[in-house]
Formats: sequence, structure tokens, C-alpha cells
Amino acid sequence: MKKTFTKLALTGLLASTIIGGASAQEDTIKVGILHSLSGTMAISETTLKDAMLMLIEEQNKKGGLLGKQLEAVVVDPASDWPLFAEKARELIEVNGVDAVFGCWTSVSRKSVLPVFEELNSILFYPVQYEGEESQRNVFYTGAAPNQQAIPAVDYLMNEEGVERWVLAGTDYVYPRTTNKILEAYLKSKGVAEEDIMINYTPFGHSDWQTIVSDIKTFGSAGKKTAVVSTINGDANVPFYKELGNAGIKAEDIPVVAFSVGEEELAGLDTAPLVGHLAAWNYFQSADTDANAEFIETWQAYVGDDNRVTNDPMEAHFIGFNMWVEAVEKAGTTDPDAVIDAIVGVSVPNLTGGYSAMMPNHHITKPVLIGEIQDDGQFETVWETSGLVVGDAWSDYLDGSKDLISDWRAPLSCGNFNTATGKCGGSGS
Amino acid sequence: MSLLKSFFLLIGLMICTLSGPSFAQSDPEALRPLINGLAEGKYAETEKQIGALVATGDPAVAPALEALGEGDLYARKSDGAVFIAKKAGKGYALTDPLTLEPAGEAGRREVSKIKVNNKLRRVLRSALGSLTLMAADPQVRMTAAEAIFKARDPEGIEALDAALAAETDDGVRKVMEEARAAAVLNSDLDDARKLEAIETLSVMGNRDALSLLIGVQSSAGGAVRDAATQAVTKIQKSIAAWDAAQNIWYGLSLGSVLLLAAIGLAITFGVMGVINMAHGEMVMIGAYVTFVVQELIRTSAPGLFDYSLLIALPLAFLTSGLIGVAIERGVIRWLYGRPLETLLATWGISLILQQAVRSIFGPTNREVGNPDWMSGAFELGQMTITYNRMWIIVFAMLVFAGLMLVLKKTPFGLYTRAVTQNRRMAASMGIRTPWVDAMTFGLGSGIAGIAGVALSQIDNVSPNLGQGYIIDSFMVVVFGGVGNLWGTLVGAMTLGIVNKFLEPYAGAVLGKIFVLVIIILFIQKRPRGLFALKGRAVEA
Repeated sequence: MKKTFTKLALTGLLASTIIGGASAQEDTIKVGILHSLSGTMAISETTLKDAMLMLIEEQNKKGGLLGKQLEAVVVDPASDWPLFAEKARELIEVNGVDAVFGCWTSVSRKSVLPVFEELNSILFYPVQYEGEESQRNVFYTGAAPNQQAIPAVDYLMNEEGVERWVLAGTDYVYPRTTNKILEAYLKSKGVAEEDIMINYTPFGHSDWQTIVSDIKTFGSAGKKTAVVSTINGDANVPFYKELGNAGIKAEDIPVVAFSVGEEELAGLDTAPLVGHLAAWNYFQSADTDANAEFIETWQAYVGDDNRVTNDPMEAHFIGFNMWVEAVEKAGTTDPDAVIDAIVGVSVPNLTGGYSAMMPNHHITKPVLIGEIQDDGQFETVWETSGLVVGDAWSDYLDGSKDLISDWRAPLSCGNFNTATGKCGGSGS
Repeated sequence: MSLLKSFFLLIGLMICTLSGPSFAQSDPEALRPLINGLAEGKYAETEKQIGALVATGDPAVAPALEALGEGDLYARKSDGAVFIAKKAGKGYALTDPLTLEPAGEAGRREVSKIKVNNKLRRVLRSALGSLTLMAADPQVRMTAAEAIFKARDPEGIEALDAALAAETDDGVRKVMEEARAAAVLNSDLDDARKLEAIETLSVMGNRDALSLLIGVQSSAGGAVRDAATQAVTKIQKSIAAWDAAQNIWYGLSLGSVLLLAAIGLAITFGVMGVINMAHGEMVMIGAYVTFVVQELIRTSAPGLFDYSLLIALPLAFLTSGLIGVAIERGVIRWLYGRPLETLLATWGISLILQQAVRSIFGPTNREVGNPDWMSGAFELGQMTITYNRMWIIVFAMLVFAGLMLVLKKTPFGLYTRAVTQNRRMAASMGIRTPWVDAMTFGLGSGIAGIAGVALSQIDNVSPNLGQGYIIDSFMVVVFGGVGNLWGTLVGAMTLGIVNKFLEPYAGAVLGKIFVLVIIILFIQKRPRGLFALKGRAVEA
């Protein structure tokens, strides 16, 4: 780690010598990248670090920001949640970064929240998450449950005629909250208690035989059955392998996943999985010029024609461009000015539309449902007709029904209770 | 009987003659507009078009529909003509969907795929079912009948009757009868025929039949309902018995995975007494060797793919074994008798190995393919047995037997046992104890390597692969009894089966916790595990 800093410091020094005279601090705008490069989550987060470095390089090619060059500061929180908070503090206090892009798991985000609040900096969080949160210093560029889970369930219900539901997830906060929301939603749609099966497994679970056979049994009750999977990262490969081997075909029991993207499928032979679904806001297969250009730049940057792109990368793409635009609008990188300027900023996304930052610090996105293809890509089979606004507080949970979030001047509150008319209602 | 048969044959013939005109249509140009119509509009339009194609009853449309289901049907953007396209180089090689003759090539951007979703795939499956019921190949007829069974389409009854009359293969006939029963239950035919159908399904007796009968139970009334209820109870009873058998099988399968992961550790930790935290990484390296072997085979000799695992086995053994010897010579031999330092040092090595693999191969999962003989499943009664699990059980047993043989029947095994039982005496007898230490550690690591080859078939091949197994491995060795390979075998199988019997009731998370609690209690009672070593060797 120390080496990286020395390297960065050296590069900075070199740059300043070339430009002439002035100190490195004034010539560059520093951007922090807080993604695990080792440990369990490295599998997903390393890609995001590379994507950020690429975005920063591209921006510098375009002439930087406010006439200055951008400089990336990379730290490695090593999949260790408390270390995320320490590293965030280091980025802000020691390195003096103006914005941080980072975190993957919800627990790592929760761990850095107090730091960003205390030091008043900005975090862009690129991953789909369980909602029930809105913080002044955080911008959520991934999907909230209403931008992923709810539309996916609607699709299965309306297009596939599903009546029986298996909610399978890894045992931590994101699947548990999402499943709670989905259960409430399904019941509100008239699904009976006995037609919902909820199942949790530990992180990295690898023996799926019992669960897959349970799903098969649950599915043989004469009603169309689907699996809604919030199984995370590593555990997916053995799960899908078992599904494929047990001969559960998408035509009979489709599985819709919220954490499986192109990157996760890269470790799998997808031929037996064709037709299983995923819900995201972006697929690599999106047929737009912006996306083709993005993929080309990415593959050239990592020097590998087979590297895939995925949804959280697009979220960083959107978040970074929003930040750039907000800084230009505000004319400064001062966090308070940027936080005020960024609401309402709208930038092109990669699926052919525009995404805008909403007052609740979530963004607008299209929701896409894709089917797995035999080449490891997804093919969009359904999408929302317009953009969906991210909803921080779910309308289907008792604790959060009445809460809204609006960080604009008069209200300036992340959890305003419309029933009591007070800021700081219930919720986390 | 024979009269009846000839009667059906006659009917079959009549149907053939009646549908004569549509067969004459085999002139491809008459069907072409219909085929090209598949590319027009969205899913709903495509579905209608499939219906129109099926209505022609012409088997000539089957290849096009099959290609559509597999996602190989493309439309040329310039004129809207539809082709079966296969990837060839940068573009596609086109085949005419009706004449099945090559039709030139097209660039990647010149054609667009006709999209299908699950709903369309279901429609296609039943459409193809009715089109291919009379095919020459019994396997195709079987698939067709299975497709109709799943579709439960009452309109299939006629086609099935005709096909049944002409069917000669008993296996296919049985499936066709079941498919017919499913269709009958979904139709508005009279109760007598429905009761017959319920009887057929009740004999069939598997989950698919159960699923159908439960549906009938809730929708029908009177005698049909009673018969369905009876059949459901009967099937449920037999399935419950099979479930227990299935649980034992799952337990054995989980046990064999635990055994594979732990057996190398049983040597390094159990026999040598080295707490090797880098053991999981040896497993991981074995899996990566498999990946490299498969990559090489894919690029240079694709024909050998089915043998890739066999080729990977010795290489994985050697690679992990050599790394093991290097670790023993470089680090561990300085630390004998200092367990805490060994633990820390090997833990450090495990981090180094993980990060090294991450730097070389990248942090993402690598794809290790399953050879044909490792994929799929077969049915044994009401149990589904997947081939990869079955082979892993066989493989684990072979590895265990092989290791036993090495330790009990070879001179090297004799040295190893001598050194672990009494190091100084063995040295006095002229055994080079440092050499034996290195080789034994190498053997343990090498076995972990070949376990990696097997685990690459069921788990992620990522730098974290080993971490998932290290705790379980220690658990098995400690539970089974340190220093005893039989203990490891019995321990692994016991833990596997206990885990699988707990899981359906307690869930995967709680199940695992219960197993840990059981082990803690057990260790309180028998600190030396299931098969404790006795005698003076224990104190050494």
C-alpha cells in the first residue's frame, strides 16, 4: 500500500515539475477510490477500481476539470468492513480527496457513513442496494429496490404468470431487507403465505443440493413457480451449476437474480442456463452507440477483448459524469457547493437515455429484464417504458411508508415523515 | 388386440392421407413467407407466427423452429429474409431454414437475431413436440412426448393417439401414454377417461405427476377429485421414502467433498502435526492447474476436452506437491515444535499465494468447463443423481484407497509412519528424517491439489476457493481423530450426512451452526476425536 502512495506522490511530483513550479496539491483535483483489491470482495470490486481509473484517464484526456488534471488516489480496504471507515478517513484527511467513489456491500457503506458525515465529503455508491437510507453526503447511483426487485417481480407475474415464489438469498442485510419488501409486495398482490418460500444461505455457500431439490419440490405443486435470487457473488456459480445439472430449465422454473451480472457469469458455462433472468439497469448487450464506445474504451484500457462490462460500472460512469458536471456548474470542488449543484444534473447513461440526480440523492434509471444467453451475455426481453425514480424509502414496509427524502434547501432531510410532519421519523 | 391395432393403423393412414395436401406443400417457397414472418414484430407476433407454422403440420418447418428455440435464427436486415446462422469467424454462416442448404455468409451487423423469451420457448417446445412425434429417431419421439407432457395441451391428444398407434418402442410408448394422460386431464373429456388418466399418472408416480394431480385435485370435482386425492397421497408417501434416501445421498456427496478437502490436511496436520493454514490454497492451486490445462486444450487440442480432468490430475498433484515441498523446506522445517509460529507463518503464506494467483489470473472467477461425462443427471427411482456429484464420491474413495495403499504398503509409507511415531528412533535406524518430512508434506499438499481438480467442477475457481474449505477441513480432521485416516473418512461422511439431515429443518445457516455445536460438545467428551490414537506414540 505504501508503495502505491510513494508511486502516486512521485507521479504527482513529476507532473508538477513538468508543468513548472506550482505545488502538486493545487494543480490536481484528487478523486478517492475505495474498493477492495484483496479479500472476498476483490472479485467484484477490482473491476470497479479499474473502471474508475479509466474514467479519470478519459476525463484528463478531455482536458481535466476546472482546468486542472484529475488524480486518482487508490486505497485497499481489503474486504474488511471497519477498515473501510479507516481508509475513508485516510483518503479525506490525509490525501485531501474531493470525492470518493467506492464500497460494494451494504455493510461497508454503513461503516463509512459516519466518516463522510463527520468530515463532510462526498461518496458515490455504485451498487444496487436495499434502500431504507438517504444520507446528505452519499449519492446512490445503483438501483433501489423499486428500480430492480419490484419491476422484476411484476415481469414474472404478468409475463410468465408466476403464482408461487421462492425468495432465496445470502444471509445479510441486502437480501433480508429486499425479501422483506418483496414479501410485503407479493402479499399486497394477493399471493398467499404458503405460496412464498424464503430461504437464506451463508456467504460462499457451495453445497446447493438440498436447496435445489427443495425448489424442485416446491415447484411441483401445480402452480407456476419462480425463484427470486438475492444470492451474492461467489455462491452463485455452484448454485447455477447445480441448477443446470439438476435439469431445472428456465421454461419450467425461471430464476431471476439481482446480483448476477456479466462478470459473475464469466466463470460459468451458461449453455444450461439460457433463459434464466436478471434484472439490472444496464446490460453489456445494450445496443447503443454510447455503450459500444464505452465497451471499446474499456477493453482497450484493460487490454483484453473478452473483458465484460456490468451494471455497477455503468453506475460509476453515470456518477462520475454527474460529479464532473456538478463541479463545473458550481465552479468549485467544495463538497457543500457540489451537493447543492448536483441535484437535477442529468447525464447520458449507456442505454440510450439520460439519468438525473433526484433530490433524494438517488438517480433515475430504466429497468431492464434480461435473459441469460449461451455466450454469457444477457438479452433484454423487457424494459420499463420510461425512467424509474429511485425510491429511498420503500412504500411497502410499515416503518418507511410515510418517509420521504429531499435534500434541497427548505426541507434538507433524509427521512422526513409525512404523517407526523417531522424530520427524523423512524427508519435506520 | 390385433384388430384394434390395425384399426388404429387405418386411422393413422387416414390422417396421413387427409393431411396429404399440407405435405405436398413441402415446396419451400410456399412456406417461406410464413418463416420470414417470424422476424416481424415483437414476441406476441412471433408467437402467432409460430402458431401459423405449426398449423401447416409440415415437418419441414421443424428445423427453423428448433433454431429459433436455440437462438440461432436470424433475419437479414437488408431484405428481411430469415436464416439459420452459426457463428463463423467475425460473422455468421447462413443456412436456408427450409432447404437446409448453405446460403452464404453475413457480417455481424448485417443480421439481427430473432429474440425469444421463456414464454416463446415453451410455445416452441410444445409446437416441436407435436411436429416431431412421428420422427424416425426414437430419441426425438421421446423428447417430443416429454414436451407435450409439459405443455399439457389438449390439442395434442389427437396427434398422440396417431403416434401411439404407430409406436413400436415400449419406452417411448410409455412416455406418450403419460403425455396423453396429462393432456386428457387438462381437457374437457368425460370423467371415465380422466379416471384412466389419473391411473396412468399414479403409476408414473414422480414429482411431475404429483404436480399435475395436485392441480386436478383443486380444480375438478366428484369422482375425479377423489381419485386424484388418492393418487396424490400414494405418490407423496413414496416420495417421502425416496426423500430420506436422497438426503443420505446428499450427505455422502457433501461428505466426499469434505473428505477430499480434508484428506491432505489429515496427513500434514494429522500425521505430521503441522497446522497448515495454507492448505486451502493448495486446493485452489489444483483448481487453477485444471483451468490452465483446459485453456491449453481449448486452444490447441479441443478433441481432448473430455480428458482434461485426467490430464490435470497428475499436473495438479505435482504443482501443489512441489509448492508444498518448497514451503516445508523454506519455512516450516525451521518451526517444528512451535505450533503458534507455524500457524502464523502458514497463514501468511496463504495470503501470499492468494494474492499471487489474483495478480496472475485476475480477481474474477475463471471458467472451468464440465466434460460431458460430468454434466447432467439421471433418475434413480424418484431421486435425481447428478453425474458430477457421483463421480466426486467415486473419486474421493479412490484417493482415500490410494493414499492408504501408499502409507501401508510402500517403503515411503513405512518411513513416514516410523518418523511420525518416533522421530529419534527412526533417525537412528538410518532414515533421513528431513527428507521424509519434506516428502510427506509434499504428499499432503499434492493430494490437496488433486482435490482442487475435483472441486473445480462444483465450485468457483477464484483466489478465494481455498478459504471456504480450510475451516471445514480442520473440523473434519479434529472430529475424526488426529493422526488417523480412517477417522477422517468416517468424520467427513458423518458430518456430511448430519448436515444434510439438519438442513431441511433448520436451514443452511442454522444447520451449519448446529453441526459446529455438536462438534464442540463431542470434543468435550472425546478430546482426541472419533478414532483416537493410543499408546506411546500419542505422547511423542
